[in-house]
Amino acid sequence: MADLPGRVSGQRQDRRAELGLGALASCVLLLIVGMVVFVFGKAWPSFAHNGLAWFGGGGNVDRQLTDIFNSPANPSNYVYKMHAWPLLYGTAVTTLGAVVIGITFALLSAVFIVEFAPAQLRRVLEPVVRLLAAVPSVIYGLIGILVIVPFVGNHLISQGRKESVQFVVQLNGTSLLVAVLILTVMIVPIMIAIMVDALRAVPSAWTEGSAALGVNRWRTIWSISVRAARPAIVAAAVLATARALGEAIMLSMVSGSVGFAPNPIDGLTFFVEPTRPLAATIVDNAEGLSVKPFGQTLYAFAAVLLVSSMFLSLAGWAAKQPLRKYGNA
Amino acid sequence: MDQVMPPPVRRIVVDGEPTTVAPPPPRPETANGHPTGVTPLRRRARTSSPGRERMRVEELSVAYAGKLAVKEVTLPVRQGEVLALIGPSGCGKTTLLRSLNRLTELTPTASRSGRILLDDADVERFEVTDLRRRVSMVFQQPNPFPMSVFDNVAYALREQGSKRPRKHDLQPAVHDALARAGLLAEVQDDLDRPALRLSGGQQQRLCIARSLAARPEVLLLDEPCSALDPQSTAKIEELILELRRELAVVIVTHNLQQAFRIADHVGFMYLGHLEEYGPVDQVFGTAKSKRTRDYVSGAFG
Amino acid sequence: MAAHAHAVAPRTRAVESTRSWRTLDRIGLLFCWAAGIALCLITAAIVLYMLVKGVQFLRPHLLVTHPQPDLDQSKTGGFLDPILGTLILTVIGISVALPLGVATAVWLTEYGRPASLARAVESGVEIVAGTPSIVLAIFGLVVFQQHIFSWMSFTAQGNAVFARSFLTAGAMMSLIALPLVVGSTREALQSIPRHVREASYALGKSRFATIRRVLLPAARPGMATGATLGMGRIAGDTAIVVILLGASLQLQAEGSTPLLKTLRGTGSTLTSYVYNNSPAGEGNAPQKAYAAAFVLLLIVVALNFAVDVLVRRRKEPQWIR
Repeated sequence: MADLPGRVSGQRQDRRAELGLGALASCVLLLIVGMVVFVFGKAWPSFAHNGLAWFGGGGNVDRQLTDIFNSPANPSNYVYKMHAWPLLYGTAVTTLGAVVIGITFALLSAVFIVEFAPAQLRRVLEPVVRLLAAVPSVIYGLIGILVIVPFVGNHLISQGRKESVQFVVQLNGTSLLVAVLILTVMIVPIMIAIMVDALRAVPSAWTEGSAALGVNRWRTIWSISVRAARPAIVAAAVLATARALGEAIMLSMVSGSVGFAPNPIDGLTFFVEPTRPLAATIVDNAEGLSVKPFGQTLYAFAAVLLVSSMFLSLAGWAAKQPLRKYGNA
Repeated sequence: MDQVMPPPVRRIVVDGEPTTVAPPPPRPETANGHPTGVTPLRRRARTSSPGRERMRVEELSVAYAGKLAVKEVTLPVRQGEVLALIGPSGCGKTTLLRSLNRLTELTPTASRSGRILLDDADVERFEVTDLRRRVSMVFQQPNPFPMSVFDNVAYALREQGSKRPRKHDLQPAVHDALARAGLLAEVQDDLDRPALRLSGGQQQRLCIARSLAARPEVLLLDEPCSALDPQSTAKIEELILELRRELAVVIVTHNLQQAFRIADHVGFMYLGHLEEYGPVDQVFGTAKSKRTRDYVSGAFG
Repeated sequence: MAAHAHAVAPRTRAVESTRSWRTLDRIGLLFCWAAGIALCLITAAIVLYMLVKGVQFLRPHLLVTHPQPDLDQSKTGGFLDPILGTLILTVIGISVALPLGVATAVWLTEYGRPASLARAVESGVEIVAGTPSIVLAIFGLVVFQQHIFSWMSFTAQGNAVFARSFLTAGAMMSLIALPLVVGSTREALQSIPRHVREASYALGKSRFATIRRVLLPAARPGMATGATLGMGRIAGDTAIVVILLGASLQLQAEGSTPLLKTLRGTGSTLTSYVYNNSPAGEGNAPQKAYAAAFVLLLIVVALNFAVDVLVRRRKEPQWIR
């Protein structure tokens, strides 16, 4: 009886705590709504003026950006013309390139670390890979711009190749090739770290069961371990894609600051042509954010990135659903 | 009644039929005057003549990191019979079983001496995957793969061969294996259901079906019923007796009554040694070693 | 037993021979080794290269002198201010992210009602984790330009809020650390067995008291792991710094309140210093960029090491299961 008031106040305190914590947790939702509202609110004029042509090609993106930047001060005369295709294309090519190469390489490396690497090598390699997963992108960018870009510019691109396209674009080493390469090196450790954990977590009962059926080690790894680790592989791919999609600084350093869409018809030259993804474009032009129509155009780029990253989360979730059916449940 | 005569066997498995507690049939009595620890329910007649010798273990010793788990065991495995390995925990039964298809090699610290012969050829000479196809194993915990029932049974067929067969071609083999494991009737309507949603007993029979699909010659069972309920256990025992006709079965069990019910020969292991080996009636009745007599009468475990 | 030991042959082969494998499997194995070896080489190259460059260009005086804008590289000073900037930003970011993240994680694991809201919050955290930091940066810019946030930076001529300061950048930085804090705190809370909670309820403790007295102390290593990972991400992020911290090389205080003036002011961090001194930025002093990058790398290594220690400590058995 005596402790009844205490218990009641405990319950009330409990209720208050639940509401308080719930409110704090819901801040995340508020934030996302705010992000969508503010970014799209700022970006709207750019989309509204161009319509669907915003996503199309045509004209020189850099010239369009310059025109917008130099808009007359009078709001009614603002210039908004923007055909962002080369930037969208640059984003897609660098991201897809890095992710496709990265997943293959990371999966093979993760299997190597878990199954084949000698114990001493594994003891060194694993922590170093986890460290590389945490290295800031600007450091990768620095190595890229000081080492890889000059190497490509001086040794991989012949004078003839440079002259062949000199009226269209300058080839100096900052290129799609370097961008994809460094991006791959950047996202692979992240993927390996996740995949290694997942492969390790596969119950040994399954791999032993497979071995007891006379199935060789390689087939056991791929049809049991990797298969069981698929949800983690999807998660790793989503995380890596998000990083690649949103990488701004490193790509602005090594991809070449030209709003150019590398053309596969150019053959090998395609790989050494410069490009510039959306995120890098925003960073490169950050000084112009205060110029109203220019800022609005940059917010439009950010809006596209925001929507893409949300779709990516959704796609990752959707990709995991069918895998759940046979999973550990 | 209990006070007068304590049950002689520690692990009594309720086997569905209440007659298990009926007085034992006349049989030789052990030295201490108690009847031997067996239930009267023998599900079948003994095989009259011993089959051809399929596998032979000669002077086998296995050690983990230098510590011996199996010490100089010699033992035959005959075609068409069930060999049960009994003994207290940690006496090397499972290790002996796992060395028969060289699964001990998955443990990096394991080492082995002595010989194991399959059809008079040393298992060392076999390609390890080849050996394991002929000598297959079912584990203590049911371990179906996280796939559909069909894919589980087809797994070995798909992954063993040199090229991947089509699903359509696998259908007869999968149905046959499920039928032999007595599971077909229960899963026939939906072979695409996830294997992990089956009950424990069904999962274990699925694992047996998975092994049978690859048509092994020897089937190793490592306490296959220890995680199962009595009904499932009874089903699996029936299944083992069926399988005995076509292949050699080696079963490790903790359950003496189970050994008595299904085995033709019994090996009793104690601290790594094969203490006693012989026909089931001999081991449970007139065992040579005192320790064996004590163990089967429930004096220790 | 020793008498038998000599009878046992050397170890059995743990690795099966590949002779019986399909050709395709063998090619796969070859690729696997190739990938593994390539990984070793690339990893070694990056680590050794940064080590060599760091030892080559890092001088103690760089750590304690202020940076100066100058065309002559010998007069541009060191990077004391960027180091301070990184520290300040990390502290602000994590001190916002930690309470918010722990609260979210506790609510998700211990309450989580209504379930639909919990699921929404969960995917919300995932979306924040996937949002590019450049998007967070310019989102922060438009938010903090609102007049109610003028106290976080300063109001320029023409009544426009500048929106660039340690406070605004730190606030956005907290968002990139938040998902990491939520993730590892949740993991830690989920790994506490149910009977621990039940034992506490059985003693008559309320849910909240259980959380505060039993669960949170037990989840502390998990929280610390998340916080450390988050600090690593904050220290390594560049986009938010470039957009939201202003472009001043030195710490530029704003106003007169002692501590607040620094926080409201602008500055730089090691990441922006590296960026600005690379050929991509204005400074173009690769040696200094390397030296600063090396310091940054050391910070990341230290944080990584801390995570390692924390994770290892957490793995020790804490509960009787």
